[in-house]
Amino acid sequence: MSEDIDIQDREAREAAEKAAEYEHGWSSDIETEFAEKGLNEDTVRFISAKKGEPEWMLDWRLKAFRLWQEMEEPNWAKLGYPEIDYQDAYYYAAPKKKVELDSLDDLDPEIKRVYDKLGIPLGEQEVLAGVKGAKKVAVDAVFDSVSVATSFREELKRAGVIFLSISEAIREYPDLVKKWLGKVVPQHDNYFATLNSAVFSDGTFVYVPEGVRCPMELSTYFRINAENTGQFERTLIVAEKGSYVSYLEGCTAPMRDENQLHAAVVELVAMEDAEIKYSTVQNWYPGNSEGVGGIYNFVTKRALCQGARSKVSWTQVETGSAVTWKYPSCVLNGEDSVGEFYSVAVTNNYQQADTGTKMIHNGRGSRSTIISKGISAGKSDNTYRGMVRVAANADGVRNRTECDSLLIGDRCGAHTVPYIEVKNPTAQIEHEATTSKISDDQLFYAMQRGLDDEEAMALIVNGFAKDVLKELPMEFAVEAQKLLAISLEGSVG
Amino acid sequence: MLEIENLTAEIDGKTILNGLTLTVPAGEVHAIMGPNGAGKSTLSYVLGGRPGYEVTGGSVRFNGEDLLDMEPHERAAAGLFLGFQYPVEIPGVSNVQFLREALNSQRKARGEEPLTGGEFLKLAKEKSALLKLDPEMLKRHVNVGFSGGEKKRAEMVQMGILDPKFAVLDETDSGLDIDALRVVGEGINSIMRAPDKAVLLITHYQRLLEVVKPDKVSILSQGRIVQTGGPELAVRLEEEGYDAVMAA
Ligand SMILES: Nc1ncnc2c1ncn2[C@@H]1O[C@H](COP(=O)(O)OP(=O)(O)OP(=O)(O)O)[C@@H](O)[C@H]1O
Ligand SMILES: [Mg+2]
Repeated sequence: MSEDIDIQDREAREAAEKAAEYEHGWSSDIETEFAEKGLNEDTVRFISAKKGEPEWMLDWRLKAFRLWQEMEEPNWAKLGYPEIDYQDAYYYAAPKKKVELDSLDDLDPEIKRVYDKLGIPLGEQEVLAGVKGAKKVAVDAVFDSVSVATSFREELKRAGVIFLSISEAIREYPDLVKKWLGKVVPQHDNYFATLNSAVFSDGTFVYVPEGVRCPMELSTYFRINAENTGQFERTLIVAEKGSYVSYLEGCTAPMRDENQLHAAVVELVAMEDAEIKYSTVQNWYPGNSEGVGGIYNFVTKRALCQGARSKVSWTQVETGSAVTWKYPSCVLNGEDSVGEFYSVAVTNNYQQADTGTKMIHNGRGSRSTIISKGISAGKSDNTYRGMVRVAANADGVRNRTECDSLLIGDRCGAHTVPYIEVKNPTAQIEHEATTSKISDDQLFYAMQRGLDDEEAMALIVNGFAKDVLKELPMEFAVEAQKLLAISLEGSVG
Repeated sequence: MLEIENLTAEIDGKTILNGLTLTVPAGEVHAIMGPNGAGKSTLSYVLGGRPGYEVTGGSVRFNGEDLLDMEPHERAAAGLFLGFQYPVEIPGVSNVQFLREALNSQRKARGEEPLTGGEFLKLAKEKSALLKLDPEMLKRHVNVGFSGGEKKRAEMVQMGILDPKFAVLDETDSGLDIDALRVVGEGINSIMRAPDKAVLLITHYQRLLEVVKPDKVSILSQGRIVQTGGPELAVRLEEEGYDAVMAA
């Protein structure tokens, strides 16, 4: 068995080396302990046992699993992909050596090397090394499905912020987890969320107590590292009255020939006057230029703006995955609560993205802003799907939606599907949509000034996406710009 | 410095440049005048290497090298600058970002060290002062919302920053008010008048030539140079018009 894995890993690594076009396409050597292939109640029990979960958590998972068995995969999105055989995948993989770290120096050198390859910025590496005065970014590293290292826990603890892997939180703060888990995204919400509820492997839990401003940006790097391993991350962030937290999520995946399923769930709760800023740079392996391989990314992200004047901002840069199905949403229950969605979605080659947001206005005076920038190249398809709903008793609601699509070449598609349901006549809803092609004039102008064709393209595309990129925290903005350029490589001409 | 020989070029199968020959040695400002549609802008695009402009014959040598063999950005790095008749807008990209990236790409191609943010800003401020352009304009997106005259002035600031060896300026004077015309003309002199530099100055009017004072003036008509003279040719053209001068 372990020899098999070694061979798999070696093959994967060799494949990765060949595929130089994919920057993060490589595999690492850490041994993985699998649950048996396939999905049944025993798989769910295995996962729960592996994580040392209490009885209530196992029951919760089993309930979700039974619901899932009754459900059907949705097919309303503008996506086409081969049928997924849910019995032909692994649902659990964890690093074999579970290390309890005293300090980051004790971090497995292999994992450290992985981080280096992922290009975790120097600033963060300095922080990891404890360099004085370095900007503080806490890195809760999720390697494969289990959190391997958590840093800055002490400083966060002093501020009263809980920042743990969800497995740890289930053990250490069961009441908090019980109170909120599945409250924003119910177990039966949709096929993929239900699947996640049954088999989620790990993820992050953040709790910011009343009146606390989280002293640093919290960031998690996700990574798929074992062949055929579905990834089922679960994130729960609760911001109590008057608190603030900014959370960064970024991910890259190694080169694979087989499609991999990824179905994450993210739940956010913002109480009165609380604010959560959630930023994502998504760079799962998109498949090669022929459309072979790549991640299937079915994500459910939702925020509950529960308190008056609460605010949640979703900012996402989506460049990866073969298939993306993702609609970060805000349920605006609080009076004068605010929801924001800023998105850049890039598709190239044979990638497909169906993404957007839902803003559900239940609170009086609640406001939302949606800025979506879709960039399609190659033979890809990029759909914005958005919903703005205003409840009958929600007076004075405002929404502004701006959807811009940029086409590169003439074999790709861009689609905008807005749903607007307004049951209150005082609502002010604005919707603007544009579609443009990258112009030869712009490309030549930039090239005449000294940029090569790909630099010129990157510049113009970053300009197009600027209104979204500027919402990203500094740490992410530079990385995101590079990512846009990398994902459009080969699309010029 | 620039030797164009018997150049023919077409767009969409239509021949626009038709055996054009022209030599501009270093240290010279050579004005090109000619009727609308004669092929002046086409010449500048062909020199810049714009995709879609197909060279079907002839040659262009730039400092001894085959210019037509280079990519557009390589031509820029080699010191070629085009002042566009219609400068292009790039939304979301500030002038500062655009020009710093462009300059550093050129420098990299030439094996020079990149300028730091501070060094670049100093240079940018200096050149906008030279062209009397409010440095605040540099923070705005490339040409977006600029008036016609501002765009032309910004082109010259770009030229000042990139400091080319050879500039092809396509109707840089059109759209400028009287004062701006003088400022831009003097800017061209200060940036480009040097023994190792040269300018191809495309214009319809004598006014700019009063400031920049060309060494030579040529008439481009129907895709070729039909007449070359000194500055007096431009004066005659202004007085008599193309038909009369070319018929003479
Ligand atoms: N894409 C194109 N397809 C076909 N014909 C073109 C194209 N672009 C330019 N032309 C033609 O080429 C000829 C030369 O155009 P060009 O812009 O070079 O003229 P010009 O000398 O710069 O004129 P002006 O003084 O008006 O600026 C014109 O007849 C024009 O219509
Ligand atoms: Mg012209």
